[in-house]
Amino acid sequence: MCGIVGLYLKDKSLEKSLGKMFTPMLIEMTNRGPDSAGVAIYRDPVGKTEIKVTLAHTDPAFDWSALAAKLTALHGKSKVTKIGNHCVLVSKASEEEVRAFLAAEAKDVRVVGAGHVIEIFKDVGLPRAVADMYDIESAHGSHAIGHTRMATESAVTTAGSHPFATGQDLCLVHNGSLSNHNTLRQWLRKNAKIEFQTENDTEVAAAYLTWKLREGHSLKQALESSLTDLDGFYTFVAGTADGFAVLRDPIACKPAVMAETDDWVAFGSEFRALATLPGVEKAKVWEPEPAIVYSWGRA
Amino acid sequence: MGSGEWRMGKASHLMVFHALHSPFATPDFGFAMTMTMTKTANALTLDVQTDGLRAINQRLQNVPKGSNETHWTIANPAGEHALAAGLQSPIRVEIMGTAGYYCAGMNKEATVIVHGNVSTGVAENMMSGYVRVKGNASQSAGATAHGGLLVIEGDAAARCGISMKGVDIVVGGSVGHMSAFMAQAGALVVLGDAGDALGDSLYEAKLFVRGTVKSLGADCIEKEMRPEHLELLTQLLAKAEMTADPHSFRRYGSARKLYNFSIDNADAY
Repeated sequence: MCGIVGLYLKDKSLEKSLGKMFTPMLIEMTNRGPDSAGVAIYRDPVGKTEIKVTLAHTDPAFDWSALAAKLTALHGKSKVTKIGNHCVLVSKASEEEVRAFLAAEAKDVRVVGAGHVIEIFKDVGLPRAVADMYDIESAHGSHAIGHTRMATESAVTTAGSHPFATGQDLCLVHNGSLSNHNTLRQWLRKNAKIEFQTENDTEVAAAYLTWKLREGHSLKQALESSLTDLDGFYTFVAGTADGFAVLRDPIACKPAVMAETDDWVAFGSEFRALATLPGVEKAKVWEPEPAIVYSWGRA
Repeated sequence: MGSGEWRMGKASHLMVFHALHSPFATPDFGFAMTMTMTKTANALTLDVQTDGLRAINQRLQNVPKGSNETHWTIANPAGEHALAAGLQSPIRVEIMGTAGYYCAGMNKEATVIVHGNVSTGVAENMMSGYVRVKGNASQSAGATAHGGLLVIEGDAAARCGISMKGVDIVVGGSVGHMSAFMAQAGALVVLGDAGDALGDSLYEAKLFVRGTVKSLGADCIEKEMRPEHLELLTQLLAKAEMTADPHSFRRYGSARKLYNFSIDNADAY
C-alpha cells in the first residue's frame, strides 16, 4: 500500500495555514503507510544567488553549525536551521559546490532535497510522530506533498522514505511498485552517471525523471515518457516549485482522488484524506484518468 | 418520543427506549455503548464522528424486519469505508456527504442514498435493494453485484460493473476504462460516454451507451436494438428517474466467441 497526499493553495491568504490543513491529510493515511512518512514543503524562497538544501545525518547530535562555518569559509555565507533530524542549509554556494564540499568534508551527510523553495522532511515511524518531529502542523507555504509508507520491496529506512528529490525544487512520491527498477537503476548508473542511496524502486523513478529533466524535457514530457520506460503499477505525485503533477499507470492500479475549489487543489489516495479540508463538501471531486498527466500551479 | 437527542448507554435509558420503540433489542450491541441519535421529523440520525462506524453499521444491520425504524440519516461520513454495508432489511439510509470504499456493499433490500460521492466499490456484491449516488463514483462501482439497482448521477470511474451478475446499473455521466469487464448478467446503462475496453470478455450482461465508446474490449460488439431492449431500457431509465430518449442509445453485448475453446487457437497456448 502507501498513502499519498498533496495540497496546493490557490488562495495566498491560506498559506499561513498550510500545515494546519495538510497535517490531518497525512495522518489520515496512517493505515495505508505506518512505516515511515515524509513531506515536501514549498516555502520561504531564497535569493537568486542562494541555494536551499535539506540535509540529514544519522547522528541526532551532529554539529550542523560547524559544517556551516566551514562552508562559509570556503564558498560564502551559509547558515543552518535544525528541524527534527534534518537541517535546512541556505548558502551562497551553488548546489554543485555544496555537494562537492559534503563529499570531501562530511561523507555521512545526505542531501535530501535542494532548490530555492523546497524543503523535504522524512523519517521512519508513524505519520503523527514524523509530523510532530518536523513541526509540519505549524508550517506555512504555498503547497505540500506527503507520503505514508508501507514498505514492500526495500528496507524501512529514512533514506528509503519518500519524497525523493528529482532535481532542484522537484520531488516525487509514489504508491505502487516498479518491476524493472533493477535494470533501469543499472542503466542510469552507467549512462546517466546517477548515484543511488538505496535499493528502493521509487528512487529509480525519481532518478529517471531527474535524468529526463536534465536532458531538457519538461516535467510533463518526463512523466509521459515514464509510461513507456517504467514497468509496474504506480500513482505518482511530483512536486514542483510552482505546484504539482499527478500521473497514474495505464490501467490505474493504485487509487487516486482529486478535489478542487476556488481556494485549493488537493490530491489523496483516498477521499477520507481530503475530508477535513475547508469547503470540501462543495469541491469538485473526481478520479484522475489513467496515463494522463494532470498538473496544477502557476507555471 | 418527539424531536431531540437521545443519549443511550445506561440501562435505564435503554429500557425507556425499548418501551417506546420496540423491537429494538440487539444482543451484541451492549449496554456500555454510547450512541447519540437525533430524531428529526421522519428520520433517525447517526453521526459517524461521534457514534463511530462500527456501531452505526451494527445498528443498521440489526434493524429487524417490520420495525418502524425505517428511515435513517448518517451525518459526517468523511469518506469512511464500508458505511451502510451488509444491510439486510428494507430500510432507507441517507448518507449526508461523501463515503469511502465499499459503501452499501452486500446490500440486501435496503435503499441507500448518498448525498455526495463514493469511493471504490459502491454497492459491491449487492444482492437486492436500491443504491443511489448523487455525485461521482470511484472505480469498481457495483462490482460482482447480483441484483438490485445502482444509480450514479455523476460519473463512474474505471471498471464500473466489473463482473456484475444481475444488478442493473444506471450512470448519468460517463464510465471509465474496463467497465463491465466479464459482466455476466444485468444491464449497464450509461447516459454519457464509455472509456477504453468496454465489456471486455463479456458474458450475457446488456450494455447501453448513449455517448461515444472509446473502444470495445475483446468479444464485445455492438448489437441490434430490438423492441424488447428498448422496453427494458425505458423501464430502467424510469426506475432510475433519468430523462433520456431510449432511441438515442446503442446496445453492446457479447459476440460469444470466447465461450468455448476454439481449436484454431491451440497454437497460442
